[in-house]
Amino acid sequence: MWKRDEAVKPTGPASPASPATPATPAQQAQAASAPAQPESRRHQMMERDVVNIGKSVVIKGELNGSEDLTVEGHVEGKIELRDHVLTIGPNGKIKAQVFAKAVIVLGEVNGNVTATEKVDIRDGGSVDGDIISPRVAIAEGAHFRGSVDMQRKGGQPSQSKAENAQVQRSSASNVGSQPVAAH
Amino acid sequence: MVYHSSLSLSDLFSRKRKDETADAGTDWPVYPTKALAKFLASLNARSQRLLLDLGPVVGTNVTFFGEELGCKIHVEDVFKDIDRHVTEGKLDALSSFLAGRFAQEDGTVDGILCWDVFDYLDKASAQALARELVRILRPDGALFALFNIVEAATKAPPGFTRYVVADRQNLQYRSYRGARGKQRPLSPRDIQRLFEPLRITEQFLLKNNLREVLFRKPIAETTTAEGEPAGHRAAD
Repeated sequence: MWKRDEAVKPTGPASPASPATPATPAQQAQAASAPAQPESRRHQMMERDVVNIGKSVVIKGELNGSEDLTVEGHVEGKIELRDHVLTIGPNGKIKAQVFAKAVIVLGEVNGNVTATEKVDIRDGGSVDGDIISPRVAIAEGAHFRGSVDMQRKGGQPSQSKAENAQVQRSSASNVGSQPVAAH
Repeated sequence: MVYHSSLSLSDLFSRKRKDETADAGTDWPVYPTKALAKFLASLNARSQRLLLDLGPVVGTNVTFFGEELGCKIHVEDVFKDIDRHVTEGKLDALSSFLAGRFAQEDGTVDGILCWDVFDYLDKASAQALARELVRILRPDGALFALFNIVEAATKAPPGFTRYVVADRQNLQYRSYRGARGKQRPLSPRDIQRLFEPLRITEQFLLKNNLREVLFRKPIAETTTAEGEPAGHRAAD
């Protein structure tokens, strides 16, 4: 028999500090990479490695950090997480220049985004600004206005361009069974 | 109360799942393209290229062009502009809007992906947009466009098409809802006039009733020491 309570339970491990908050993509990725760990330890790791800026928080100025960050609030100015992942949550609103290793956008970003690894605009995410990153993924349903610069230093495409193109072609040939999001 | 014994709840849910998958794009048709490979080849010789995409943002395309060409891509969704003007009832203002639509300086864009945007424009708007594209295109730059060659069916619902690059030889056509349908098709002569002084370097009539056209902007005619115009070689 169908039980209502079971249906609404979150599938992922919820943080004890915020049981109603769904797991962020960074948390999901982390959870996926460590399935064998005891649950309590996983919770501790998540709390330690991912910092949340809550919905009601407004920051004006420069934000620097050396750990992964999830923004659900408002930030105006500049965000710099050179070696870490910045996640703009569905409620996050950023009006800033962003520098990070990887940027995942589910909320709104107004400003230029520079990532050394990847920028990922998910369904419902919005970016108004220029993106500089070697890899960019824009999901169907995402809003983007601006330019994308995937050039490597020196203005040359990546060394493995031919290899990449081949992979792209083979994956693109299956495009019919894939969502538009480019990964 | 009537029960349909042949249809269970799980059937309904599985049907819904199938519909959702179809929406995600499993069944969109893929058609060959001949001009795209030539468009890419024409841009490959340059460094620090800037590509302007007039279509809706398609992640796959951004990745494809970024990786194939290593260029900077600027996305300006003109389809969204058309849609907004139609829904707001400001279609008369579309031509003047398009005349000042692009902030790029003269001759700064290496390649332009028009897709089929001109099929949705009236004459004045098409002229305004074409003028702007000619202005911003760099000499020897390339412009790729698709034109419908048959009258659109009157019963066809209004909407646009997302052209998703499957590979250099194939495009996937994904239609999506919009406020405007295709207008009367342009004749080859109209197309040529519209984009003057660009030259049509390649033209293909596809089986799906589309005309693929590749334009090149001629290099300014400067006479060499031998008395030959310098721009001719690049236009070939």
